[in-house]
Amino acid sequence: MSRKLAGLLLGLLLLAAPAWAISDPAEMLPNPAQEARAERVGSQLRCLVCQNESIEDSNADLAKDLRRLVRQRIAAGDTDTQATDWVVARYGDFVRLRPPVTWVTAALWGSPVIAIGAALIAVMLLRRRPPAQPVPLSPAERARLAQLTEPGLSEPPPAA
Amino acid sequence: MNRRLLLLAPLAVAGASGFGAWTILRRMKEGTFDPHDVPSQLIGKPVPPFASLPALDQGTEGFGSAALETAGHPMLVNFFASWCVPCVIEAPTLMVLKQQNIPIWGIAYKDKPEAARAFLARHGNPYARVAMDEPGRVAIDWGVYGVPETYLLDGKGIVRWRQAGPVTAEVLETQLKPMLRSVA
Repeated sequence: MSRKLAGLLLGLLLLAAPAWAISDPAEMLPNPAQEARAERVGSQLRCLVCQNESIEDSNADLAKDLRRLVRQRIAAGDTDTQATDWVVARYGDFVRLRPPVTWVTAALWGSPVIAIGAALIAVMLLRRRPPAQPVPLSPAERARLAQLTEPGLSEPPPAA
Repeated sequence: MNRRLLLLAPLAVAGASGFGAWTILRRMKEGTFDPHDVPSQLIGKPVPPFASLPALDQGTEGFGSAALETAGHPMLVNFFASWCVPCVIEAPTLMVLKQQNIPIWGIAYKDKPEAARAFLARHGNPYARVAMDEPGRVAIDWGVYGVPETYLLDGKGIVRWRQAGPVTAEVLETQLKPMLRSVA
């Protein structure tokens, strides 16, 4: 009985297709090269409804519409940049999953360089400084040291 | 001494980041910052050209970009849908605006005419004109990414302000009213 059930479950599992957002093959362009380009363009465009998915990955209605429009433009002869710019003209730079380098995003793109630069400067400053000279011993410390290093002290006391 | 200062540097960076995060959270709580907000690309520009959309009701007028540009007075353009919950929230505010004689032109986004009609019958019809954008294609040219969205046009058809999300009483008082005064 439980074996039959397991078999049934396994069969159902095999039946379940992976959940691609493009579930409808009719959405795809007949020309595979153009379809590949449309997927590349779409995977760099943010779905504004879910905001952390590309329009290629999202099932939102708006993402579906934008997917179709990107494909229309590619099929009509747009370059990848032209198709991307068409969407950016309507929704702004935020729609790009990879933010462009502008003066607004300079700090964002520059942050790794800034962090590594700051670390290098810190290391150089620390290494350039000579190691600090030890403070001379005070008379009391010197006396104690002499006492501790007196010959014969570390040997066991002579047997009585 | 110098070494001490160096040790303080990461603390200062952490402090600055903490202050930044606190500012973001505080402004989110106040409602003056929304991380999901996508700024409109139309501010300061004329509305995108689009052919006249069909009217919701027979015997009334739909509209296209030409009608918006030649209206000759400031107005609001409101994208709405009967399936949109925040549209119910902003319905009373739009009715207040209607009573103050501020013309609102509505665009029903991805909606069936009978559903849109039922919505307006139930929540009030604040619109001077209602057009249908059933495929949602015109909305994409406007940069609409959800309903409701409300655009303020000045007398020359230039977009001056956009609200993505419901025009609540608070949005009306703090944002829209000052904008309405400035375009009047």
